[in-house]
Amino acid sequence: MAELNVVLSNPEQGTTREQELIAKVQGGQTELFYELVRPYERRVYAAALAILRNETDAEDAAQEAMLKALANIRTFRAESRFSTWLIQISVNEALMKRRRERTRMTEAIEDNRDDEGEYTPRDFADWREIPSEALERKEVRQRLADALASLDRKYREVFVLRDMEQLNIQETAEALGISVASVKTRLLRARLMLRDLLAGGWEQGWFSRLPFEKGTKPW
Amino acid sequence: MVVTCETVWKEISNYIEGDVDASLRAAMDEHFRKCQRCTSVLEGTRNVVQLYGDERMIEVPVGFGRRLERRLAQEVRVGRRTWSTWSAWLIPVAALALIAGGLRWANSLSVAHPLQSEHAQAGHNIPPDLPVVVSVGAKEFHVAGCEFIHNKDKIRTLTAKEAIREGYVPCVRCMRKYLQAATVSQDLNESEADSREGAEERPRGE
Repeated sequence: MAELNVVLSNPEQGTTREQELIAKVQGGQTELFYELVRPYERRVYAAALAILRNETDAEDAAQEAMLKALANIRTFRAESRFSTWLIQISVNEALMKRRRERTRMTEAIEDNRDDEGEYTPRDFADWREIPSEALERKEVRQRLADALASLDRKYREVFVLRDMEQLNIQETAEALGISVASVKTRLLRARLMLRDLLAGGWEQGWFSRLPFEKGTKPW
Repeated sequence: MVVTCETVWKEISNYIEGDVDASLRAAMDEHFRKCQRCTSVLEGTRNVVQLYGDERMIEVPVGFGRRLERRLAQEVRVGRRTWSTWSAWLIPVAALALIAGGLRWANSLSVAHPLQSEHAQAGHNIPPDLPVVVSVGAKEFHVAGCEFIHNKDKIRTLTAKEAIREGYVPCVRCMRKYLQAATVSQDLNESEADSREGAEERPRGE
């Protein structure tokens, strides 16, 4: 568990430099805002993309979220992580955007209830570890992205916020407006489904049985 | 405590989160030692969490950061411009307000042109020779000793007629009896009006 905690814990707890920047921007030096948010711009974008599934919409939402964060910087309180605050604004912005554009979103009618019953893993063969270094390869990243894209929205959103954006369970629940129990249920299923999708050997099996359209980047 | 494979699959995500109690954790650890299938599930799930949690998994469109920076810079400039436009207006407006305020203040010091009060009464029965007092900076005249006199140390005495000519208005408290009489007089019918004719004549006669 110890080594996993390292992975799950937030890599950038509010640093002194960040706290200084926040204070300065709150004090009116708004030209420093980009320097402040730059380390999180990718995560802000990824959060929006998990919800909107369209790069252009996600970029719009991410920009709008950043502008809102700038406009409301004085309401930020140090008791929460700045990165979490930004990501929650981004999620909110993306959810609002999706609601506004519901008519042309094919996913809008998707069932949002938690599935009854338990998910049974399909692949029990010995797991072949995919080392982090493999992420240097574009096709590996694409393969993972495609697997995630194939998940239903409700699973994908929870998984992205918890496991990619590193929000905790409670923060994920708040950002999406769902219960903690739902987050846990969906997270379990998302993780197990991804495991099944990626099982079978990343060096041989994967690229011959791609069930996804090539080139899609879902989140 | 003994757990089944189904229980392990149900709890495996919480197990990874460190969100299971000690006895369940011990039972699951025991299960993993014996069950190859569940160990495979655990290893795969951990691997998934680790891989997707890697910063490299987040890709942004080419030029994303540059466009964001430009948009924010634009916003900051607009914010500044809005403020500078405001301040450009605010400075002369504030200056005018100060000048106007200064004039009003100066006027209020001048006994020749005191400010008109909203309490100014159209009709009243105040005897023109009634001794009244006015004070510096005030708009009303009072009966000496009225508790509503401002700046009591800077009062001067004059007649009601003079006070009215200078633009002072009667204090609605201490001059109440004259003012009420005037108000009532406007509502009275002719037969009653005869009795107070004299009282009305005096201010009119000024």
